[in-house]
Amino acid sequence: MNPHDMIPARDFCVHHNIELSFIRTLQAHGMIETVTLEETLFVPDVQLEKLEKIVRLYADLDINVEGIDTIIHLLQRIEEQQAQIVQLKNRLERYEDRS
Amino acid sequence: MEFIDYYKILGIEKNASADDIKKAYRKLARKLHPDLNPNDKEAHKKFQEINEANEVLSDPEKRKKYDQYGKDWQHAEHFEQQRKSQPRQERQTTTGYDFGDEGGDFSSFFESMFGDATRQRQQAKFRGQDFQAELHLTLEDAGVTHQQTLTVNGKNIRITIPAGIENGQVIKLKGYGAPGANGGPAGDLYITFQIAPHPTFKRAGNDLFTTTTIDLYTAVLGGETTIDTLSGKVKLKVNPETQPGTKVRLKGKGFPVYKKEGEAGDLYVTFDVKLPTNLTDKQRELFSELSQLTRPL
Repeated sequence: MNPHDMIPARDFCVHHNIELSFIRTLQAHGMIETVTLEETLFVPDVQLEKLEKIVRLYADLDINVEGIDTIIHLLQRIEEQQAQIVQLKNRLERYEDRS
Repeated sequence: MEFIDYYKILGIEKNASADDIKKAYRKLARKLHPDLNPNDKEAHKKFQEINEANEVLSDPEKRKKYDQYGKDWQHAEHFEQQRKSQPRQERQTTTGYDFGDEGGDFSSFFESMFGDATRQRQQAKFRGQDFQAELHLTLEDAGVTHQQTLTVNGKNIRITIPAGIENGQVIKLKGYGAPGANGGPAGDLYITFQIAPHPTFKRAGNDLFTTTTIDLYTAVLGGETTIDTLSGKVKLKVNPETQPGTKVRLKGKGFPVYKKEGEAGDLYVTFDVKLPTNLTDKQRELFSELSQLTRPL
């Protein structure tokens, strides 16, 4: 992976006022992917949005890592179901228009 | 400007302890946090309200002022003058939390009673507010990848809209919301696509549906008809003895699949048969003859 597409985990931690061990814990739980280059831990850009959401849930709501993992899965399911509802609504409109 | 009952917002009694306030706030925050309620404006609004209530009630000094003046909050400035004449004690923000995207917005009630909240929270960085926008497209527009320029809060943003976008679909443009406060990141821009109903085609996912009218003779004897598709006109073979309501499928002539270049759904064509009108005498005679031939003896 190109280092330009990643941010050093330490910089992220300083910006968000969190410990580096938190990033390692998330990585150990399989919640985010990290890359180590020459002994420096990096977070890929594509992971940043998810990581920031995790940090907010952790800091704002005092939810532990296992809880956040569950929430992220449930939110993903809700998002998928909402997309499905939109599709079904559009399909239903087609039948309603016909009658 | 109306008085805001912060105790009511957190659902606690006026004599609630600091612990009760913290518990009540956390319980509501877990329910209303913007990350847990994406695109829910009502939840975002309530989250701001509970933040504001917590900001006041969890700070003993602010709570005292709030309790003392309550509904007479408009006289609070006297309190301020009194307080200014006493030795001043600086204090940091009350909570250890950074409330992310909702932090910057306090009610006018709060601002008038406690001053500019952002000045008091100089240490905290806040993410800018998210913007919501609606983009109206025709079905034809939604069927091709194209670029469009939007003006959001005076800024021109050029976006690429991939072919196959769904009606009601929301896309997020990271960092195109309001700028953050105190060096915080900018908010995001959420664009909801509204696709106008089409007079010819109905869409269901990636499939399109249309109706074409053929005359009686083509329906009975077979032939050809020309139909419109999103990519132009195509000739369609009509089998002999085609019944009204017969449906045929044109593979790959439907709507493009979102973010899958070259893939498209199917087009379903339903045949409607138009019976002849204003028959001539000769035609009437021939139909009558035909009718005698086909009637069971």
